[in-house]
Amino acid sequence: MLNGEPVEFLCEPVETLLDALRDRLNLTGTKEGCATGDCGACSVLLNQRLVPSCLVLAAEIDGQDVLTIEGIAQGETLHPIQQKLLEHAALQCGICTPGFVVSAKALLDQNPNPTEEEARYWLAGNLCRCTGYDKIIRAVMDAAESMRSDETQ
Amino acid sequence: MQSTRFEAPTTVADAIRLMQAEPNAKALAGGTDLLVQYRMGSSRPASFIDLKRIPELVGITIDRKHMRLGAATAAAVICEHPEVKRFWPGLVEAIYLIGSAQIQGRGTVGGNLCNASPAADTTGPLIVNRARAVIVGPQGERTVNVEDVSVSPGQTVLGRGDLLAALLVPCPEPRTADAYLRLIPRTEMDIAVAGAAVSVTLDELGLCTAARVAITAVAPTVLLVPEAARALIGSHLDDEALRLAGAAASAAAKPIDDKRGTNSYRRTVVGVLTRRAATIAGRRASLPM
Repeated sequence: MLNGEPVEFLCEPVETLLDALRDRLNLTGTKEGCATGDCGACSVLLNQRLVPSCLVLAAEIDGQDVLTIEGIAQGETLHPIQQKLLEHAALQCGICTPGFVVSAKALLDQNPNPTEEEARYWLAGNLCRCTGYDKIIRAVMDAAESMRSDETQ
Repeated sequence: MQSTRFEAPTTVADAIRLMQAEPNAKALAGGTDLLVQYRMGSSRPASFIDLKRIPELVGITIDRKHMRLGAATAAAVICEHPEVKRFWPGLVEAIYLIGSAQIQGRGTVGGNLCNASPAADTTGPLIVNRARAVIVGPQGERTVNVEDVSVSPGQTVLGRGDLLAALLVPCPEPRTADAYLRLIPRTEMDIAVAGAAVSVTLDELGLCTAARVAITAVAPTVLLVPEAARALIGSHLDDEALRLAGAAASAAAKPIDDKRGTNSYRRTVVGVLTRRAATIAGRRASLPM
């Protein structure tokens, strides 16, 4: 299952999930940064767990559940994390942003009320060379707060 | 050049058969080392044998005597397990030091051991907890003490067709706890310059009755240091005992000089880390489990 839809494709035996997403399924929201698991740009959720898609073989995901950046918004309605990144102007070139959104979603799914320190450590695997991180952290903390207040309403 | 194949066996027997049939096959767990080496061109295996569809190789079971840690269990799954956190805090803190949340979602403790880096963070905590590696292969099953699995950087005792199936960690005695510390030049996402894992057992009066010390990134393999443990046993983990344990760890270290640290710096630091890890383990052991 990919973003909630069953998908079938053929791939090479040693082809990364990242390459299959981008080149076979035209889901180019997931970005390639380093391709060696260091930068977080290619983050996806595999069976609800945050993984670097550059270190997953496409053949491994047969029968598994994958969520990419394309599956995060509800139609035209942005996810609160996406909305808050926009409001805080927490992106410049944007290459790292999909990875940050997926990674922050994984954090808030399991810990709706992280401390700033927890958020910073969790997002340490996502590199951004533009923002200096501070706006991203503020956006994620703000998104967490708004998601919590949505929960209680 | 033949392209690399991909296999996903669902039984241990099939995995062994595939590993035995092809000398240049690589067992694939999390891929956080193997797929990077492949990408860099430093490794071109004939096939990747994915282990994650073999039920015995994935998951954690704890009975009254042991924890059995499937070799292909993702690091993040181990860290989330409440009993693992309670009984082996040193192992859990070592896992948290490895890479990012993304890497922890993928990498495995079994892979960390088989990759046989001298800087493998989880190997020291396994050693001080007396963990044994369950190795299955064409000749059947055998167990090897974790300290004997790696023989040199990147090399293990695993032979052709052998697989690491699980790690067996004895449940701790009462008033026993572990701790792991490492030095890196930043706060996360780096490789150890030096590391120390310590496990201590205390009696009701706080006297240390058993200890194990292992040091990381200061020798070709992660080293068990019985001399450092002897300095702790019979003491109340007082300053003098800690100093002697640290000195024993420094003396046992045989580090290289490289961009991460010089030989003498690593020797000094590993002694300090040993002292501090012993202090933390002692404090944990004195608290109710």
